[in-house]
Amino acid sequence: MIRGFLTNKKALAGLVVVCAIALTALIGPFLVQDPTAFLARPLLPPNWDHWLGTTGQGQDVLAQTVVGARLTLTVAVATGIAVVGLGALAGGAAGYLGGRWDDGLSLLINVFLVLPGLPLMVVIAAWLPPGPLTMFAVLSLTGWAWQARVIRAQVLSIAKRDFVAAARVTGESSLRIVAVEILPNLASLLVSSFIGATVYAIGAQVGLEFLGLGDVSAVTWGTNLYWASNDAALLTGSWWTFAPTGLGVALVGFGLTLVNFGIDEVTNPRLTAQRAVGKPGQPPGPTPVLRSSNG
Amino acid sequence: MTRYLLRRAGFYALAAWVALTLNFLVPRLMPGDPASVMFARFQGELDPEAIDALRETFGLTDAPLWQQYFSYLAHVAQGDFGTSVVYFPAPVSEVIGSGLMWTVFLAGIAVVLAFVIGSTLGALSAWWRGGFLDSLAPPILSFIGAFPYFWLAMAAAWLFGFELGWFPVRHAYGLDIEPGFHLAFFGSVLKHAFLPALTMVVVALGGWLLSMRNVMLGTLGEDFVNYAQARGLSKRRILVHYAARNALLPNVAGFGMALGFVLSGALLTEIVFSYPGQGYLLIQAVRGQDYPLMQGIFLTITFAVLGANWLVDLLTALLDPRTR
Repeated sequence: MIRGFLTNKKALAGLVVVCAIALTALIGPFLVQDPTAFLARPLLPPNWDHWLGTTGQGQDVLAQTVVGARLTLTVAVATGIAVVGLGALAGGAAGYLGGRWDDGLSLLINVFLVLPGLPLMVVIAAWLPPGPLTMFAVLSLTGWAWQARVIRAQVLSIAKRDFVAAARVTGESSLRIVAVEILPNLASLLVSSFIGATVYAIGAQVGLEFLGLGDVSAVTWGTNLYWASNDAALLTGSWWTFAPTGLGVALVGFGLTLVNFGIDEVTNPRLTAQRAVGKPGQPPGPTPVLRSSNG
Repeated sequence: MTRYLLRRAGFYALAAWVALTLNFLVPRLMPGDPASVMFARFQGELDPEAIDALRETFGLTDAPLWQQYFSYLAHVAQGDFGTSVVYFPAPVSEVIGSGLMWTVFLAGIAVVLAFVIGSTLGALSAWWRGGFLDSLAPPILSFIGAFPYFWLAMAAAWLFGFELGWFPVRHAYGLDIEPGFHLAFFGSVLKHAFLPALTMVVVALGGWLLSMRNVMLGTLGEDFVNYAQARGLSKRRILVHYAARNALLPNVAGFGMALGFVLSGALLTEIVFSYPGQGYLLIQAVRGQDYPLMQGIFLTITFAVLGANWLVDLLTALLDPRTR
């Protein structure tokens, strides 16, 4: 499966992009100028001393973008793990225990799915002291429902299979069934859930910080955009103060999404089969039998 | 069908209750005294009696928690969300009301356009699978979809507003135009809404396209499509009436779920364009630590999303006989 993953073009491209940015976030901060120092005239366009220009405060944009990646991605990855953990707990319990537990937990999951995310996050974050820890807590608390729903569906279908019934009949404990029989079958789903949750965490975090709910003295991608907007980037036409950060967010998000597509294609042969069906411009004809999972 | 709709209405009522309760509990669960945080901003502006009235509204009295809770619920039920700090002394409900139409207008147009265009493109790219549209549109739109909403808004405002000067980048209509029922005003409103709506449509397009395409691929393999083809129906008829129509159902169901997400994006987009809707009010509230206004916006948007979801359920029930 790993080999299939590495020969998948989408997954490989995504992996390269994500690794490149992760490496930049890891090593980059040692190679650039001080991101908070006032180095030059404010709002200088890109030049030799400052490759991506300077901000409205005269700070180096390149340094801010590179250093900002570190905190943003750390919080995003931590949130991704927490979200998948919460989702697996709620979704797994609902799917495995079934009955009343499933009814109650599903209701809770659906309620959290339908509540609009950003305003809820704002209402919670506004009461807490701004900082990465607040960000992590708020994003995890409001983001778990989607992953819980996906995981519940998968656990529900695995728990119905024969090998789980067999394990039950042979008298294995519930804990062992969950850990040994069900969890390994969830591995690829958990990985793709983690990736999805990380993408969500980056977007939501940048959005909240743009609103000014982050620690505005820290250097993160969100606060970069917050300051760009506060320093009237749009009214002065200084595109370089917001363009690099946005590109960074999009590249990470797109890279991770590509990796997810790759995982999907490798673990779900139906997707690749669908592509091969029939001539374009007409229905596929009578031979292939395809059933969409949603149909 | 009535039973189905009633059950859904019950679910949304429950969700609304959860939102109300969260709104009540969150300040009380936080470290420190919510009342002193909330009213610190009012110091010097309000006389003690007015502060007492506000405490009453939020149930931030010395009464036991359950009494505070019911006092709070009663006030919200009467549409009383307290007094805004930033727009003092206007009540929060009035402040929110002033921006509600703009958000509904902007987000409504963007959501419907993105849904219609995205679903159509999705159906077509499944029909000509492997073709020009199918190999080009999904990756490009997924890449655009990876940008934060508000960042694309900034980029669009910079390019089309600042550099090219094609569109205005601030406010909902020209300040030199008197609002009213005349052509100049409508023209100005459309011109101001164009860029914010465009960025929201472009970001949301990819999701609709992909989900429609995937469902459509499954539908195209169904027996009734083969049968339609065997009967010699025209391709156009098979595409529109047999395949696309059925493939649309899951997308309609997903429409409600996407609303909350789209509205969140709309709030941020409004901020970039200083569009006088809920998003603009929200950032004023955050900057001014205007907790009553923040909570009012949260509740209003939640109720709007729940209501819209129920309408989508109604639509699903009309379109899909299986739910009846």
